Amino acid sequence: MTSGPNTTDLPDTELFSRDHFELFGLPRLFAMDERSLESRYHELQSSAHPDRYASRPEHERRLSMQWSTRINEAYRLLRTPLTRARYLLELEGIDVGAENNTAMPADFLMQQMEWREALDEAREAHDADALDELARMLRQARRDAESLVARQLDTEHDTVGAAATVRRMMFIARLGEDIAEAHETLEN
Amino acid sequence: MALLQIAEPGESTAPHQHRLAVGIDLGTTNSLVATVRNGVPVVLNDENGRALLPSVVRYRADGTTVVGHAAQAAQAQDPRNTIASVKRFMGRGLVDVAHLESMPYIFEDAPGMLRLRTAQGVKSPVEVSADILRALRERAEASLGGPLTGAVITVPAYFDDAQRQATKDAAQVAGLDVLRLLNEPTAAAIAYGLDNASEGIYAVYDLGGGTFDISILKLSKGVFEVLATSGDAVLGGDDFDHRVYCWMLETSRIAPPGLEDMRSMYMEARRAKEALSSADEVHIGLRLPSGDEIDVSLTRDAFVDITRKLVDKTLIPTRKALRDAGLEPSDVKGVVMVGGATRMPHVQQAVGRFFGQEPLTNLDPDKVVAIGAAIQANVLAGNRAADEDWLLLDVIPLSLGLETMGGLVEKVIPRNSTIPSARAQEFTTFKDGQTAMAIHVVQGERERVSDCRSLARFELRGIPPMVAGAARIRVSFQVDADGLLGVSAREMGTGIEAHIEVKPSYGLGDDEVARMLRDGFENAQADVAARALAEQQVEAARLIEAAGSALAVDGDLLDPAERSAIDNALAVLGRVSVGKDIAEIRKAVEVLGRVTDDFAARRMNRSVNKALAGRRVESL
Repeated sequence: MTSGPNTTDLPDTELFSRDHFELFGLPRLFAMDERSLESRYHELQSSAHPDRYASRPEHERRLSMQWSTRINEAYRLLRTPLTRARYLLELEGIDVGAENNTAMPADFLMQQMEWREALDEAREAHDADALDELARMLRQARRDAESLVARQLDTEHDTVGAAATVRRMMFIARLGEDIAEAHETLEN
Repeated sequence: MALLQIAEPGESTAPHQHRLAVGIDLGTTNSLVATVRNGVPVVLNDENGRALLPSVVRYRADGTTVVGHAAQAAQAQDPRNTIASVKRFMGRGLVDVAHLESMPYIFEDAPGMLRLRTAQGVKSPVEVSADILRALRERAEASLGGPLTGAVITVPAYFDDAQRQATKDAAQVAGLDVLRLLNEPTAAAIAYGLDNASEGIYAVYDLGGGTFDISILKLSKGVFEVLATSGDAVLGGDDFDHRVYCWMLETSRIAPPGLEDMRSMYMEARRAKEALSSADEVHIGLRLPSGDEIDVSLTRDAFVDITRKLVDKTLIPTRKALRDAGLEPSDVKGVVMVGGATRMPHVQQAVGRFFGQEPLTNLDPDKVVAIGAAIQANVLAGNRAADEDWLLLDVIPLSLGLETMGGLVEKVIPRNSTIPSARAQEFTTFKDGQTAMAIHVVQGERERVSDCRSLARFELRGIPPMVAGAARIRVSFQVDADGLLGVSAREMGTGIEAHIEVKPSYGLGDDEVARMLRDGFENAQADVAARALAEQQVEAARLIEAAGSALAVDGDLLDPAERSAIDNALAVLGRVSVGKDIAEIRKAVEVLGRVTDDFAARRMNRSVNKALAGRRVESL
């Protein structure tokens, strides 16, 4: 990216297809300063957003939409700890989502079952407080998993362990969605 | 000639030529048009000094069409042919519309969107809306003294794809170049945010004539970021009128009214509702055309009672939007009230109680959306330097998905995704030798296809015969900055590509839009050919200007051969665009587009690179 003026900015599939961390100019780490992620997101969108090209010719508007879409997608993945961790593993060639890879430690499986039961009970009893309590426990579990995966990815480089933690985080996220849904049903 | 260009702060822009751009609030009850004049946003009034144009269109048997106050006045006299609140029908079929029985119109069902039979034949809601938009365009052009470059049209944030597409088509039929469809609460936030230089989390509570929106925004320096939006596409001030109407029927025990009586009663119900915003009691005295008499009093307490459920109903989406944003009511720094229906004191009180603070009502709730749209239109038309701009990041309100086996929905783009947004999903064949696949695109939050809105159906053909499960069909969704969806599908496994683009089918084909356009011009007695030529000339001038500014800023990205190809194409276009040969102009436009394609891509890369300049991290 440092040669003469005619090659510097060639129709740059290289730039477009960089990984999300590179695109945002951020180190490839799980640890993330949310403020700098956000400010870089705003800087990138400021240069590429379709509103900046509304009165430009059609092909420029199309390019702008493609770029802006690309930046939104990268931001979405980097912003959320779960998707960021998954993405980091993906860059290492590890697919955590693989359906056959569901082995989890027995104690976590027990924990899962307890949470599920608590959710079902709260749902049947129309108990909003119990739902809130469950959501609180889940938040704590999520924070614990996040600090664990940060260590596994950034310091220990333990991708196998990290993949297991990510699967745990996926379960926690799904349960969180179910709790939100139960809340919604209760309110209506 | 100021353009929206990728200019550096402080970099000089070319001499300023103000472009005439407007913001239009196309409301259920009233519509407005506003612009930015000498840096100040103003609502444009009609020749009688009135800002609001009632969203009412009357189709008279003699072929004349009346829009606005005159049409509104004729509602009781000619209810069948006088269409009010047409926004409720945009992108909607007969089954979707509530209170059909209390509407005086002759409906016809049509695939995707209903039609209305009038003295001037069958009208689509798109045509009726276009008549309102045309009246506003003419008002703006008379007031600003020239043809408009473009318009920002506002839509309820909770509008789905079919409703948005219908709105955009209506604008096209009305001869407006749509710079952007802008969500109403976001427009209001712009008007408020820029006025007050606010930072933090804001909620916009927008209760209009027929729709309710709630948006949660994060405002930071120069950025409006919508975190979540929700709403009810069939809840608004009209429903409060309906409750009062029902109450009038019950308390005065009159016989079921005819069409004319019904219209008179609705108009009286609205008057009573509006009066109760300041009075404690209102007298309803009405001698109906049928001879029946209504003579009752409605107190504010009774009014609050009969409409409480409606107000409570707005808090359900409000809670949902907050939850989607991961926030509590106490995180919200300010609540902006938008829409005429928020004038009702019990609405303000309910919102105040929910958020634990007095809502902001210092801007006129009828005008704030049009003002925000005008401010954004001014930016999009390029009347401001790039470094003065703000960034607006909005979301889609409803999830987009595909039908899978068993009538279930597979979500592809979840609600509250920032737009523009794209996602793809892979599917496979379930029969040996299957060569075609039906693709059904839906929008909504429910699990079952039958509970969601059907947006489009199409078939991908030409899949090479393979065993079941071997083909890989990739279906891609792209939502643009207007919140409009495009879908394409292709077979990936063999590298053989079948590709189809669909436009959501809500019942209006491109040819039908073209016909409406023609009809519109014929009614206006405009010379179609002259208009088409003028439009092509304007487009040519715009391209020449755009290319000129691009060359001035980024000319160094081109080698001499590329540069001379562009210069030649520019010279040709400049020469033919002053002539009258529309085909020749089109051809020259195409050539210029071709030779500048790569250049545009390079400029885009440079721009993104600049945004990151000095931001590289050594550890990469």
